[in-house]
Order: sequence, then structure tokens, then C-alpha cells
Amino acid sequence: MMSTYTYPKYPYRISSEQEAGRLVRHPVVVIGAGPVGLTAALDFAARGIPTVVLDDNDTVSVGSRAVCYAKRPLEIWDRLGCGERMVERGISWRIGKVFFEDDLRYQFDLLPEPDHKMPAMINLQQYYLEEFMVEECARQPLVDLRWKHKLLSLQQHEDFATLVVETPDGVFSLEAQWVVACDGANSDTRKMVGAEFTGQAFQDRFLIADVVMKAHFPTERWFWFDPPFHRNQSVLLHRQADDVWRIDFQLGWDADPVEEKKPENIIPRVKAMLGPDAQFELEWASVYQFACRRIDRFRHGRVIFAGDAAHQVSPFGARGANSGVQDVDNLGWKLKLVLDGLAPETLVDTYHDERALAADDNIANSTRSTDFITPKSAMSRRFRNAVLELAQEHPFARPLVNSGRLSTPTPYLASSLNTPDEDAFAGLMAPGTACADAPVRVDGKDGWFLGLLGGGFTVVTFGEAPLGEVRAGGIAAPVLRIGIDAADAKGRLAERYDGADGTTYLIRPDQHVAARWRSFDPDKIQGAITRAIAA
Amino acid sequence: MLHILPADAHRHDALIRSPNIPDPDGFYEELIESQRLLTDEAAQLMNCKLILLLANHVGDRAVLTQALKAAGGAVK
Repeated sequence: MMSTYTYPKYPYRISSEQEAGRLVRHPVVVIGAGPVGLTAALDFAARGIPTVVLDDNDTVSVGSRAVCYAKRPLEIWDRLGCGERMVERGISWRIGKVFFEDDLRYQFDLLPEPDHKMPAMINLQQYYLEEFMVEECARQPLVDLRWKHKLLSLQQHEDFATLVVETPDGVFSLEAQWVVACDGANSDTRKMVGAEFTGQAFQDRFLIADVVMKAHFPTERWFWFDPPFHRNQSVLLHRQADDVWRIDFQLGWDADPVEEKKPENIIPRVKAMLGPDAQFELEWASVYQFACRRIDRFRHGRVIFAGDAAHQVSPFGARGANSGVQDVDNLGWKLKLVLDGLAPETLVDTYHDERALAADDNIANSTRSTDFITPKSAMSRRFRNAVLELAQEHPFARPLVNSGRLSTPTPYLASSLNTPDEDAFAGLMAPGTACADAPVRVDGKDGWFLGLLGGGFTVVTFGEAPLGEVRAGGIAAPVLRIGIDAADAKGRLAERYDGADGTTYLIRPDQHVAARWRSFDPDKIQGAITRAIAA
Repeated sequence: MLHILPADAHRHDALIRSPNIPDPDGFYEELIESQRLLTDEAAQLMNCKLILLLANHVGDRAVLTQALKAAGGAVK
């Protein structure tokens, strides 16, 4: 196998506490330096929490793995200083084609709404993503990223946890007020707290092959149902950076994962697909099976679960890493307020309420896609094929074709942190929804609306305001006046937020709408802040 | 021919259970005849397409759920 990528090897260093034999209690310890753990570290540090990250390895993801990253996670990474680099390095795409047997049945266009900073979706190998975040962590003095640190055991106390950790220098203990477990689907931390992790396992296997080729394929997502080169199964072709292409072959339950992973068995499959003369090199391959599972509670005492450690989905729709990143986006500001004594500990429990809802939504979506892609009965297969055959001629059938519903944020519409609307609003920005971006002009410079949010609570008002900030308890929310502090450069803010003179939004630190009104009422804003911190 | 609308035809949220097909014998004949030359498998696929076409024509989600139940489906 060839390699377009050289894996970095990050140096192990003994920590001063292990060297000195000192027991130190940290505010937050993150377990696992994958996409979710690294995002957690950057988010927590950006909010002012000194964060220790423990990872049992010393490099990035082996293999391209997650690949597809959606707009909302890109916006989160942009807030954390590495989103632009990911977009620059990644491949942006918007056309998807669906084939059935020999023919193209229909194609879709993600048709991204104009005037957002971040694209609808990029493809980028997971190792690049992690490498960029590791580099960003090194620039953040509050992130203490420790390689070759393996968590051996964990003991919970009233208001902290003790962690026993093994390094090349031996075993030592440290304490954490909060532990955030981002150690993946096979999370050891989850086993240590005895959490339930239940759901549905799918009786199917898939082969992922990354091949390097100068291909004639356009930068599009191609999905085949039952193609002539791979009968009765599905195939997905996706482009990544560096002329690396992801090919995903459904193999069926009877396939032998060890045999299928051998290059001599993979190459004929790829040749059958690309033609006998295709020039390609195999870069990485993996055979996987998948499950949809969720942890019972996202919080177990002082241990909080995020990403695949808390929920596992089938890969269709790119809802794994994308939702994990949104988990920690939801968690960081809550932990910060609780650590600072500005919000009650129950605020952390709303992390479960909001993100378990999102996990269930993602599991439902990816289970539906799985049932379409891999029908479980002869009748289910006939319905699937009927949809695909009808789709070519009859537009009505096209929305029924489900080759993966691509990740979008789940709004927390029923969250207890929302203040329900008392005025009428058009559009999508209901309380609990992630804020839509829009172009703005600040001091004569072009910028983006989301770039003005996310440090803490923000009050956004269209037009004049009687106050420069609104205070509630120890929290100060600055007021951002649209039309005065920032110009609505293309009118998209008024359009997306149904904004008229006096329209006022309270935005949470994770760029979600907490409340909105048709006029600026300091008492109501104060009440909404109090509600949004579960006080 | 006198065409009488069934009593519940104007209620969009209810599955029509009273006779609503003019010329019932002619329709039934056409249905059976349309599959006469098909193999069982081809007829099954055609039935699937027919269900999908008609479901889209109905469009009303609540009515579709009632139809699934009325046909004996396990609907929550």
C-alpha cells in the first residue's frame, strides 16, 4: 500500500505532577484526543478552563475514517480557530448522484443557501482534521495535551473523580472536578462507570478502501444500488484531499472480514468498478460492521460522555463525528458557568437533555437510511427498488430515495433552557435552534455574524438599544446592535431572523437562540438568561 | 349516471371507507388484467410501485397511517 500522508509522532513528556509525585486536582480532564476530544479541549480552553487531555496513543487517526464534515461543526471549528484551514485543505462538494443497476436514476444538489461563511459539507481525511487541531492545541496555553497516557481506572467521589493513569514512566493518579470521556465507541471510561450502551446492531459488513488515483470522476458523491460491478449490494464513491478517493463496498453479513481486508481481494473489486485499465494505488482499507446505540445517561456523576462514547450511528449521513463535535459545543459553556459558580450543577444535566435528543434524532435518521440501503426482507427490497425505478421518471419518488440524510443540527425546540415565544416570528430561528450565519460589515470591514457570537451570552437587537449590556446574576451579556455595531451587509440577518426594528434575540454561548422578542425589554432578557442557565 | 359523493369525502383527515370508485367491476377487472402477463415477482414490484404512486396521490400522512392499519399493518 502507498501513502500520501506521513503520520506525525507526537512526543511523550512526563507531566510535572507525575515527576514530582504530586496529586493535582484539575478542573477538567478529557479522555481521548480524537476529533471530539480535541474539539472539547479547544472549546474549553477558549472559555477559560484549563484542560488536560489524556490519549493512550501518540499520533492521529490511522486511516481517513470520518471524512465528511458538515456546516455546523465547521462553524464550531471556525470559532475555535481551525475551520478555515479545514475548508482550505478539504474538498467541497454539492452534487450527489444515485445509480440503480446500470443507470443514473437521479441526482441532487445540496444547494447550499448563499451567504454563509462555511460550506454545506467538506470531505477531508480525519488525520488532517486531527493534525490541525493538535497544532491549534499547541498554541493554546490552557490545553495540556498528554500523549501515551492511558486511563487504567476511575473512582468517583462527591465532587471530583480520581483517575489512575499509566505512562511510559509508570502509574500515577490525578483528580478532576469533571471528566469528559471522548474515547470512542469502545469507550473504556464507559465500562468503568458501568453505563448501559444499548441499541441495534446491523447484520452487515462494509469494506472501506481508500485509493489514490488521478480520476476522471467529477467531485461528486456517487452512490450505487445493486450495480453490475457489485451485484445486490451498494457502493459509495467520495473524493477526499490529495487525489484520495473513498470507496465503500457493502459486503453482506457472510463476508470474512480478515479475507476481505487483503489487498489481493480488494484490488479486483476496485478494478471491476473502475475498469481493467484504471491506474490506482490502494492506500488504506478497513472492514467494519455497525450499530446504532446510545448511552443511558450522558452524565454519570462527575463523568460526562461525548461523541461515539455516548452514541454510535451507522455511517450513512455522516452523523458520527459531526454530532460529537456539537456535543462538546453544548457542554463547554455549561461546564464553565458551573465551575465558576455562576450556574447550578443542574445546568450540566441539560447537556443530557439536549444532546440525547440529538443522538436519538441522528440514530433515527441513520437507521432509516440503513433500512433503505440494506433492506431486511424481500418485500422491503421490492419497495426500495420500486422507489429507485420510479425516481427516474417521477419526481415524487426522489425524496423517498435515502442513501444517507446528511448531518444537520438538531434544534432543541423543547429544551427547558428556552424561553417560549410570546410574539409571532417567521423563519427557522426558534428558541433552541443553532444560529444561521450571515454576512455583516463591522467598522467598514466584511465579516460574518457568527464571528460576533460565542464568547458568552449575547443580546442581538435590530436597531437602537437602551443598554450596552444586560446583567443577570454574575453574567453580563453585551448588546450587539444590528445596523449600528454591525451592518446587515446583504439583508440576510433581517431575512433569516425575521428582524424588524426592535426585534431582540438572546443568544447562548454555543450560538443557539435562547429567546426572542419584538421589543427590547431588559427584564425579560434578564429572566431569559436566568432560565438559560437553569438557575 | 348519478354520482354521489360519500359522506366523508370532504374530510381530509379520514380514510374513505365507503364506496368511492365508480364502475367497481370495471376497475377490478382492469387491476387483475394489468398483471395477467406478469410473473409473481414482477407483479409484486408493480404492486409496490402502485402503492407508492397512490400514497403520493393521497398525500395526507394521517390518512396513509389509517390505510396501513386498515390493511392489517402493525402500526404504532
